[in-house]
Amino acid sequence: MQNDGIPYASIFCILFQKKLSQQLKFNKNVIIMNISFFINGEQKSVTITDENTPLLWVVRDILNLKGTKFGCGKAACGACTLHVDGEAVRSCLYPVKFAEGKQIITIEGLGDAKNPHPVQQAWVEEIVPQCGYCQPGFMMATAALLAKIPNPTDEDIDQNIVNVCRCGTYYRMRKAIHRAAELATTSSENS
Amino acid sequence: MDKKEKKIPRRKFLIRGALSTVGVLAVGTYIFKNPIRRGIATAINTTDAPYLGDTSTPVIWFEITENNTIILYSPKVEMGQGTFTGLAQMTADELEVSMEQIQVVHAPSASGNIDEFATGGSTSISSLWMPLRELAATMREMIKNEAASKLGMAPVQLTIKNGVLSGGGKTMTYAEAVKDITDWNVPETPNLKDTKTYKYIGKPLARVDLKEKVFGSPIFGMDASLPNMLYGAVVRPSNIGAKYITANTSKAAGMPGVIKIIKEPDFVGVVATSRMEAEHAKNAIEVTWEIDRNWQTADIESLIAVGNGKPFVIQKEGDAKGILSDEEALITAEYKSPIGAHAQLEPNGAVAHVTADKATIILSTQVVKLTRDEIAERLNFEKNQVHIIPTFLGGGFGRRLHTPNAIQAAVMSKAVGKPVKCFFNRKEEFQNDTFRPPTHHVLKAKLNPDGLIEALEHNVSSGDVAFGSPMVPSIAAPILGADLGAWRGGMIQYESIPNFRTISWRQKLPFATSWWRSLGLLANTFAIESFMDELAIAAKKDPVAFRLAQIQDDDRGYRLKEVIKAAAHKAGYTNDVKNGRAMGFAASTDTNTPCAQVVEVSIKDNTIKVHKVTCAMDPGIIVNPDQVRAQCEGAIIMGMSASMFEKMEVEDGMLTPTIYGPYQMALMRNAPKEIDVVLLQNADTPGAVGEPPLGPIGAAIANAIFRLTGQRLRTMPLQLS
Repeated sequence: MQNDGIPYASIFCILFQKKLSQQLKFNKNVIIMNISFFINGEQKSVTITDENTPLLWVVRDILNLKGTKFGCGKAACGACTLHVDGEAVRSCLYPVKFAEGKQIITIEGLGDAKNPHPVQQAWVEEIVPQCGYCQPGFMMATAALLAKIPNPTDEDIDQNIVNVCRCGTYYRMRKAIHRAAELATTSSENS
Repeated sequence: MDKKEKKIPRRKFLIRGALSTVGVLAVGTYIFKNPIRRGIATAINTTDAPYLGDTSTPVIWFEITENNTIILYSPKVEMGQGTFTGLAQMTADELEVSMEQIQVVHAPSASGNIDEFATGGSTSISSLWMPLRELAATMREMIKNEAASKLGMAPVQLTIKNGVLSGGGKTMTYAEAVKDITDWNVPETPNLKDTKTYKYIGKPLARVDLKEKVFGSPIFGMDASLPNMLYGAVVRPSNIGAKYITANTSKAAGMPGVIKIIKEPDFVGVVATSRMEAEHAKNAIEVTWEIDRNWQTADIESLIAVGNGKPFVIQKEGDAKGILSDEEALITAEYKSPIGAHAQLEPNGAVAHVTADKATIILSTQVVKLTRDEIAERLNFEKNQVHIIPTFLGGGFGRRLHTPNAIQAAVMSKAVGKPVKCFFNRKEEFQNDTFRPPTHHVLKAKLNPDGLIEALEHNVSSGDVAFGSPMVPSIAAPILGADLGAWRGGMIQYESIPNFRTISWRQKLPFATSWWRSLGLLANTFAIESFMDELAIAAKKDPVAFRLAQIQDDDRGYRLKEVIKAAAHKAGYTNDVKNGRAMGFAASTDTNTPCAQVVEVSIKDNTIKVHKVTCAMDPGIIVNPDQVRAQCEGAIIMGMSASMFEKMEVEDGMLTPTIYGPYQMALMRNAPKEIDVVLLQNADTPGAVGEPPLGPIGAAIANAIFRLTGQRLRTMPLQLS
């Protein structure tokens, strides 16, 4: 059985990464630049010497939002998944320069304990996390899936949720994804 | 069950009040005798492991804050197994506080409440079952006595609810009762409550760390940061056995962001202002390695073979050797399992801040004490100058039973005089893992005229698992001979067979091998329970009835039979193929916890699909049934992943693959849509939970495939021809 793992978007990023290392060879003079984007609804401007720095490290180490995780650095595990203009993106290979002017949402902006996103609410109800490290990536991937397919079938889930969880919480995640779809439908009907 | 009813000696319970401005620290020590001297093999296989506390004082277990919150300093780390939740439940019941009032934190090494060995081996709840409840009950009585004296009443006049004492129309919180008390009266350890009266123990309460994990709180080692922190990267070898000789760092030194190149006798690294700058600079360092040999998978496979290395008979009953030396009517089969990677999602790493006289290290580790001691030795510090702050682990699974990478972070921090964060990248994590060793099993049996087993022998060849690990100090090696990790789950559990024996063949491999959740259980159970299925078929018997008929009539046997019956009944086990689906059965006993599983599989496009797993397990007293279920579900999926997909190869001296995807693992689409867990409690103490349910899954799948296709798969990962 094949688990080919690496999704389409990341292949582009891997190619880009190669270009980046070529650039570095010649780039003796450090250029400082500003990149501006919205993160969790707030406009931020970061000063950076390497515009190809993965968005993940900007989010984690400059903006100090640690909910987005590093797992593999090759877009193969999905732990770093966040939203860029509503799309689920594996941020460990997404150059920060592409974020210019865009809307970024991380797990911290998805919802909080007082106002949880339906996905987070479902994750709480089903008591999904074990070690918890991969969970933000799964929740971000799920939120993006539900935005496109509000009532995903099991097959939709199998095809779209391709992150890696080592504790093996997939069984509860599947239940939580269906539950989140229910919660989202109910809340949109009420509003 | 024989269980220590010994109470905490009064003189061991020291109390120191008002140590902190925010509240009060209760300080106690709880020390059992070291079981090694009593024979660790017996201890591990037949009794629940005791808790081995650090012998230094003070040891801080509880802190009561002014807002009446109880902080429990856990000597065990939380890596997903739910220990924090179970410990909170145990505390809440005996201390008579609500769950919401308890905050469980990792005990930093300065608190003294660190485990002598490690967090591992499915022992956290079982080992703390008595000590923690006794400490909580003793503390409750002490608080009650102080409150009575402050209120001018007798302690018996007071009742307690949610950390508030009341009597005679007056109330007082725990925090008020303990405030300003410096001279404590220590009572005899009170009797523990009847387990039936517990309000929290036994209830499926939500995990205490659920909110942090759902809303993205920075709770993991990799989330740690300190002011003015820099980023380190260390060049790690790609080749097996590579020894660091020297490095050319001239190119790296001039790269953007580089603060300092660190050259040590045993490693070379770089400190820079960001993670990516450190990574880029590291990649520009040219290292000369000494490499003795370019190992290949075939070399490793030829090492791991029954007959190679030293044999140790670890189980013997009757004359299996004599009976099985007669070639006539002998049934034999061989099984194999591959090298497995831990592949936990959070890489190893640490944040270190070393000053002239103090080292502070924040990291995910299963071994707080060992890490502290190793860093102290390297920096030439006293142990109490090294402060380890453990964090939540982004997966443990045995990968963090040794975390010497923290030494490198500490050395780099000392060199630059600032905090340094240094983490593995994924390739380094895969290539420098402490792998689950590959195994080779040879099984032999002879049936009697009634179709039951006359004699059975299990030979297992494995790389080391537990030797050299902090769970089993090297002192135990000469006592044990065989590696108890390698034969975990390797012993024959059908003890009414008149003649049986198990032989462990020890083999040292050229790369690091260690604990991988459940140790040898996965591979050993795969071999033994596949073979049991083959024997049942040869005897023309139902595999469930065949097993039940050969289990002895004692306490262990009773518990094993009950889980076997429960799983078979709940799943409606049948040997018939229905609607293209077949069932497979297997059972195991791991550290006194029996577990039986029935799987339902089909095949589509030559691919095995597991639809449903029914799991019956008896871990004894269950502190949190939901968390025990979660552990069963997770262990089943992790075990499926290892049995069906995972395999590390050795190519030209390098372990490969080095990334998820090529290292195939179970994903959402592979996970069964139904997992039905049946929990039994036929023992009066809590036993192992996190690892036992990993045992049967591989064999159960292989046995189902045989019923479906007639193909007997004897090599993991299971692949159809």
